[in-house]
Amino acid sequence: MKRLSVLLCSGSACQSSGALAVKQALVEGIAAHGLSEEVQVVETGCMGPCELGPVLLVYPDGVYYVRVKPGDVQEIVSEHFLKGRPVQRLLWTAPAPEPRSIPFFARQRKIVLANCGQIDPERIEEYIAVGGYEALAKALTEMTPDQVIAEIARSGLRGRGGAGFPTGKKWQAVREAQGNPKYVICNADEGDPGAFMDRAILEGDPHSVLEGMAIAAYAVGAEKGYIYVRAEYPLAVKRLEVALAQARKMGLLGPRIFDTAFSFDVELRMGAGAFVCGEETALIASIEGKRGEPRPRPPYPATSGLFGKPTLINNVETFANVRHILLQGASWFSQVGTETSKGTKVFALAGQVKNTGLVEVPMGITLRELIFEVGGGVPAGRELKAVQIGGPSGGCLPAALLDVPIDYESLKQYGAIMGSGGVIVLDNTSCMVNVAKFFLEFTADESCGKCVPCRVGLRLMLSILEKLVRGEGEETDLVRLEELGRLIQSSALCGLGQTAPNPVLSTLRYFREEYLAHIRDKACPAGVCPDLLHYVIDPDLCRACDLCRRACPTGAISGTPKTPPYRILQEKCIRCGACFEACPFGAVLKRPGRKG
Amino acid sequence: MDKHALVQKFPRSPDVLLALLHALQRANPQNYLTPADLQLAAEHLGLPLSRVRDAVTFYTMFSLRPRGRHILRVCASPNCHLAGAWSVLDELKQVLDVEVGETTPDGLFTLELTSCLGACGVAPVMMVDEEVFGNLTPERVREIISRIRREG
Repeated sequence: MKRLSVLLCSGSACQSSGALAVKQALVEGIAAHGLSEEVQVVETGCMGPCELGPVLLVYPDGVYYVRVKPGDVQEIVSEHFLKGRPVQRLLWTAPAPEPRSIPFFARQRKIVLANCGQIDPERIEEYIAVGGYEALAKALTEMTPDQVIAEIARSGLRGRGGAGFPTGKKWQAVREAQGNPKYVICNADEGDPGAFMDRAILEGDPHSVLEGMAIAAYAVGAEKGYIYVRAEYPLAVKRLEVALAQARKMGLLGPRIFDTAFSFDVELRMGAGAFVCGEETALIASIEGKRGEPRPRPPYPATSGLFGKPTLINNVETFANVRHILLQGASWFSQVGTETSKGTKVFALAGQVKNTGLVEVPMGITLRELIFEVGGGVPAGRELKAVQIGGPSGGCLPAALLDVPIDYESLKQYGAIMGSGGVIVLDNTSCMVNVAKFFLEFTADESCGKCVPCRVGLRLMLSILEKLVRGEGEETDLVRLEELGRLIQSSALCGLGQTAPNPVLSTLRYFREEYLAHIRDKACPAGVCPDLLHYVIDPDLCRACDLCRRACPTGAISGTPKTPPYRILQEKCIRCGACFEACPFGAVLKRPGRKG
Repeated sequence: MDKHALVQKFPRSPDVLLALLHALQRANPQNYLTPADLQLAAEHLGLPLSRVRDAVTFYTMFSLRPRGRHILRVCASPNCHLAGAWSVLDELKQVLDVEVGETTPDGLFTLELTSCLGACGVAPVMMVDEEVFGNLTPERVREIISRIRREG
């Protein structure tokens, strides 16, 4: 046992802010001080607080260092590792024996993410040391497949990919389905903008997914599994490849696992950039090497899936829950959460919230608790306007609904969905019409084009929204949007189309006034839509520095240096915002409505 | 590597088509699939050429036109959007003097947009080939581009 363990987050986000250079410096610094025997550096998966990266956690002291640069390492090694004096200026908060005392962690309940940030994901020994593959051993040697399914069903686990189908029921359907062979698929085609929990799990604890898949395969009677992962996630692909090789080498995948009659192996398949492949029938088509287009259900994959055979398909986070349920029991699992939504859910917090990153909280926590207690609230001077939850399939809930508990049913009731767990906090600088348009652009663009409601309907909705943000909308357009939205919800072929109108419908429901302002007053109250605002210069704030005049591409600003104020000639202004960006004194102001 | 040798590493099973196409595309310094590549894939897997083209044209990561040696993919999802991805994109367009989808005349870069890269905590983000760069600013983008230009 080393005296100190330095856990260095090497998830994608921290790598992109320079974690590997910090590791290099740490290893060199530790060696230079002759501490290699006493201090070990461990690369781990995502710890959660991505915007503070690169992040270091030093055990046993429980010291959290944030935004570490290679240049800081020398000081950390000589002061902290050698002399035991943590470097105060780099600490997240005061040193604490338990990270739980940091508010970001206090309300979290880490089950799925328990190992992320704690173990080296590229060493199977570390996974085994924290109880890895024990659940598989228990299933194979002490339980029948039916007992495994009963346990999962009793736990109340529901699919974490968004729709929330009861996992035990799905497993049961595949077990009962006629046909051989059967397949298990892990849906790792995480594509919802703003959601990255599956990536964190694959990068930080890949074996937990493999173990969940193996248990599922035993339960349903499959010998072959596939993980379908996005090509946009090369680090996740690499970590999975390492994990697969190590598991095979140890006999935890392959023939006769734990000397039982059960054999199971997993193959990796990469996508090639198509959001719709996250839909299960499209994903199956893509694994078969075809265009990733969905097909009507039934038949469901449980009876006719991959290569026409019975197929179990669950998402990454769902599989990662499985081992915990088998080891600690269904009753333990179902104590966490609400009546209908059990366990925890991982959310990706983003937008106007102090702590962004990945958090895992019990189901049933309210949005207010999630955003203000875990997320630290909105930055000073900002005001929460809405919460976008569930990505492009989800909806925008207003501040008045912050006390809604986060569970599958409640969110649906208010026009949002759990989705994969992206949460974007929006403040008064966000225009809800524009937000709705943004998500619709995304889904219209990603529509595979197979069914008419989605291919044509989303384009029609989008053209209406484009009219609105140009200030050419009429009030009947809102009725038309709602009609189209409901039509697409009820008639599109797959989940992508059926949920795509949600952002528009939910903003129409809660922010209708803002839509009406775009129509009646030709004004964007948030000052976002360029056709519905104008810029003015506040004469009291203007210092006549001339920067705005130089930034203006159309010569729409007049004034003489050192003699304030400057003025904007509205008839020449194209509302590009260059002056707004250029002004160092905040003297250029956005005003709703056309040139006034 | 010789393309024929490369193809032989894949089983003759139609479901490996996407993996085979990824490998063929990567083997081409211009990051695209040539008509000969499609033919080769079709023959190896025993598929009609139309079926191979059918798949290739569906997925955004495959290109039938020559691209740059490095592919820049700027994330265009909401979190990056809110964090200023557009100013990053404008800077790239200016530094490289290309529009989205175009390749620089020296054949070094192709500028593309991508859906969410899942690194939202460090938005705005882009990928250069297989590497993720976060917390982008126009300055940082310029640095990254000039570094790659130096390295070739």
